[in-house]
Amino acid sequence: MKAWLIALCAIITRENLRFVRQRGRFLAALVRPLVWLIVFAAGFRAALGVSIIPPYQTYITYEVYILPGLCGMIQLFNGMQSSLSLVYDQEMGSMRLLLTSPLPRWWLLFSKLLAGVIVSILQVAVFLGIAALTGITVPLSGYIAVLPALLVSGLMLGALGLLISSTVRQLENFAGVMNFVIFPMFFLSSALYPLWKMAESSPLLHDICALNPFTYAVELIRFALYGELNLTALAWVSTCFVLFMLAALWGYDPARAMLRSKG
Amino acid sequence: MIGLEISHVSHSYGSRKALDNVSFSVAAGRFCALLGPNGAGKSTLFALLTRLIATGEGHISVAGFDIARDPRAALARIGVVFQQPTLDLDMTVRRNLRYFAGLHGLAGRQAALATEAALEQLGMAERADEQVRALNGGHRRRMEIARALIHGPQVLLLDEPTVGLDAASRQAITDHVHLLAEAGLAVLWATHLVDEIRPADQVVVLHRGKVLSDGSAEDLAGGQGLAKAFLSMTAEGREVPA
Repeated sequence: MKAWLIALCAIITRENLRFVRQRGRFLAALVRPLVWLIVFAAGFRAALGVSIIPPYQTYITYEVYILPGLCGMIQLFNGMQSSLSLVYDQEMGSMRLLLTSPLPRWWLLFSKLLAGVIVSILQVAVFLGIAALTGITVPLSGYIAVLPALLVSGLMLGALGLLISSTVRQLENFAGVMNFVIFPMFFLSSALYPLWKMAESSPLLHDICALNPFTYAVELIRFALYGELNLTALAWVSTCFVLFMLAALWGYDPARAMLRSKG
Repeated sequence: MIGLEISHVSHSYGSRKALDNVSFSVAAGRFCALLGPNGAGKSTLFALLTRLIATGEGHISVAGFDIARDPRAALARIGVVFQQPTLDLDMTVRRNLRYFAGLHGLAGRQAALATEAALEQLGMAERADEQVRALNGGHRRRMEIARALIHGPQVLLLDEPTVGLDAASRQAITDHVHLLAEAGLAVLWATHLVDEIRPADQVVVLHRGKVLSDGSAEDLAGGQGLAKAFLSMTAEGREVPA
């Protein structure tokens, strides 16, 4: 067990060092949600009135509403970024190094996943700090309560990235992931507008949003930021995490790898 | 003592057979060159030996551990240098080695000692705090060999480790790995370059997924030289024995 933890620490240290070194990636991860928060939200504030819905106790501004969705956005992009780096690692060979370690493959992949989630939580922490500086805050206890929610949602989104990386074998194919995974997941969720608002426009789109795991990741974060636990969201996110992870492990199974490798 | 034993291993990608009933063994303290032209099946065999892929046909054992039944014990006894570089270019040499030590369950003082010993062994101690990006190809390869030795493996696998290196670097690395074999490691060195092989080395010739020959380089060469013997065995149009 000690060897397992040592390997976990080595992988987490490496991922965090890589992240710290890649300042451009860090800035991009922050600029994207900050543009939404500061620029788009200002524009949409007048167009989109948000009524009192749980977990909010009073009328809120649009900036306050989209804050959890933007936290989710950071984790979604980070999950896909990790997936991209896994595909890169597979092409460049460093994935081979990881997988030839004498530890169970599921543990190595889980460690890689967890390392990416920790990076995403650091990004969210900095984002929430900047949002607080601009006056968009949540209750103080929410900053602590959101950590386990971010861990669970990050694991689910990271597992999705892992699953994608087990099927996408070349970097060139990755643009498709952006178009077909990130954007639909983000826009067909409750990140930018509450689901009841979507139902007013299109019941079909509302139903799609209600099936989107990202919606539940956002709601888990939203409730946690106000010190509440959304059990439905937790159940959805946890179930999706388990399913994505099992499918990813199946994709990385050495016995299955022989079917897709060229040699 | 047998370091590596490969017994009746076959592997296919769909309908294409990449390895066909491959059997040979490498004893501890032996340098075995796996000689084959491009597409012979060397990389597939390496992927099987490191369990990147698995096959249902045949058996592979590393230092007595069956890779299918006890993969962790087998992998713990293998050091591997892949054909593609697998270094993090933006990390220092030492940091790369410590990461690998961690993947093998080494931490703290144990990892530090193992890292320093590997660096000393490959003459890389002075470059330990440089970024890998600053090293030339030969030094990067040396570093990968140092890394493969950190956890004290009994079997060392190298998949065309001198590709892209200049003559001096190739010579230095080939000499060093021969010394490692003399010190007791079972070495499997995949190559298609006969000048990396010494007369006393074991040579396994792999062609179109089959073992054509397994013996000493001297015996294989006969009187005509190893290059000629190899070319005549693997020439286009020559039948591969069933």
